[in-house]
Amino acid sequence: MSALISISHLTKTYKREKQEITVLNDVSIDIEQGDFVALMGPSGSGKTTLLNIIAGIDRPTQGEVMIAGTNIGVLTETELAKWRSRHIGFIFQFYNLIPVLTAFENVELPLMLTPLSKSERRRQVELALSVVGLSDRMDHYPRQLSGGQEQRVAIARAIASDPDIFVADEPTGDLDRVSAEEILTLLERLNKEFGKTIVMVTHDPSAANRARIIHHLEKGDLIPQGQS
Amino acid sequence: MSMTKLIVKNAFRHTLRVLLTIVGISVAVVAFGMLRTVVTAWNSGVAASSPNRLIVRQAVSFIFPLPYAYKEKIAGIPGVSTVSWLNWFGGTYIDKDQFFARQGCDPETLLSLYPEYKLTSNEISAFKTDRSACIVGIETAKRYGLKIGDIMNMEGDIYPGSWQFTVKGIYTPRSKTDDATQMFFHWEYLNERMKQDDPTRADQVGYYVVKINDPSRSAEISQKIDQLFKNSAAETKTETEGQFQQGFVSSSGAIIGAINIMSYLIIGIILLVLCNTMIMTSRERTREYAVLKSLGFTGGHLFAFIAGEALTISMLGAGIGIALLIPIVQGFESFLPRGWFPVFIIETSTYILAGSSALIVGVIAAIIPLYRALTMKIVDGLRFTG
Repeated sequence: MSALISISHLTKTYKREKQEITVLNDVSIDIEQGDFVALMGPSGSGKTTLLNIIAGIDRPTQGEVMIAGTNIGVLTETELAKWRSRHIGFIFQFYNLIPVLTAFENVELPLMLTPLSKSERRRQVELALSVVGLSDRMDHYPRQLSGGQEQRVAIARAIASDPDIFVADEPTGDLDRVSAEEILTLLERLNKEFGKTIVMVTHDPSAANRARIIHHLEKGDLIPQGQS
Repeated sequence: MSMTKLIVKNAFRHTLRVLLTIVGISVAVVAFGMLRTVVTAWNSGVAASSPNRLIVRQAVSFIFPLPYAYKEKIAGIPGVSTVSWLNWFGGTYIDKDQFFARQGCDPETLLSLYPEYKLTSNEISAFKTDRSACIVGIETAKRYGLKIGDIMNMEGDIYPGSWQFTVKGIYTPRSKTDDATQMFFHWEYLNERMKQDDPTRADQVGYYVVKINDPSRSAEISQKIDQLFKNSAAETKTETEGQFQQGFVSSSGAIIGAINIMSYLIIGIILLVLCNTMIMTSRERTREYAVLKSLGFTGGHLFAFIAGEALTISMLGAGIGIALLIPIVQGFESFLPRGWFPVFIIETSTYILAGSSALIVGVIAAIIPLYRALTMKIVDGLRFTG
């Protein structure tokens, strides 16, 4: 069976003024359906760039990125946007909720891109918020929630459209220990109970230990470390 | 949640800022509308003029009269269908502050030359048969509470003495841009009095109004009329009614030109106010646009969000401005000396111009934020810290 995410000979370079900087250097990696993968490494190692390329919000300079049978490197911006809305759920370090929208409305955002009816959307949003344990905070605005609750709303937003893959960039980086544990437990549940594939970038070894596979990156090179 | 709800929620995110912007746009729309209304009022005589009416006046100055005997000669020129005449009377009604145009006329021909003044057939026949009769515009009748049968007492200045006129008709204008303030009485009434009091001023008229069959021949007929009286004691200057009215307006041409330019500068100010708001707003939301793009929202969605927000603000400002314009113009008119502008109304074109300008401004104000949002890379947007 082929991997859900298959990256081969991926290179990413940036031009800063006249200098060319290689951020990812001939990286190849396969991630199976249902994996929970942690990407670790020091700052500037290229882990976030790799995550962004997997999520389809950045493009490779060279190499091929096949996700669920689609070579996303050849998609146009509009095709890529549609592809992301169907396949990717984003969890950001700083939650990135829209401050003028309630928890309910924030979770509903990605569903506006689907052909679901209003009542179907409502059901989906209520389900997503109940999964993250925030059914009683639907009408709260982000400013009325704690950091941990905001991140749970962000997770609800990511799961609302039922994507195949979750990409999480330092999801616990801005949270206290207790909240971080709650978020990691939630991610574990998504992986184990719902079979979702998760790719998570983290600096935190205890967060990485919740993943089933840990990959290390250093100066743009991928160094396999082992399995948990 | 609908796209519209999201647009409105975003538009009112910074309540004070957006309210100040809306107030700014409203004030600018009111100022634009006021200036356009003043320009319209100034030009109302030109706008209401008919292309098939020629005005024949004394070549030296409008204030000098022309002989009544010219009437037959002018009527004999091919292409002329009707000749009428008017005579500025002046005078004081109640007191010197009460101004409206008062002119002696030929009742037989006046209404065929000015079909824009509407009277009933009874009023017309009553006006024609009584030599001391007069007709007044409905605005003047309303202003002084005049009704049919009322006597208007006047003290003459150009034509000294006490004068009495009986109101036999109250005309209504055909359109809002026609002057509804004038008073017309029998020129013959004036002429008879002059024959008695000052015979040197008898059988003279202020100016002729000539109806022609074909407006395209106005230049040729004007030339023929003037040629007819060349080297006479009272040479004539003939021009279309529009040119005649323009002559009055052109003396204030520089002021009107400046007002016109100012009215369009105000559109520029609206644009700058809204552009400033939209650019600040979009800069603050760089990260949010990146998030929306990452969630799968396309350029079309961002266009709808940003342009929708700019249009919401600009159209709200325009709507409030237009709603305020009506009472403000009415209030302004009440401060003006009565009769200063016979026609002081907000033209439909002013509403359309104000509304469409706000619409265009809304679209233009969205261009820079939209360009930035569309060209921004998601990864750069997510890293944006303001």
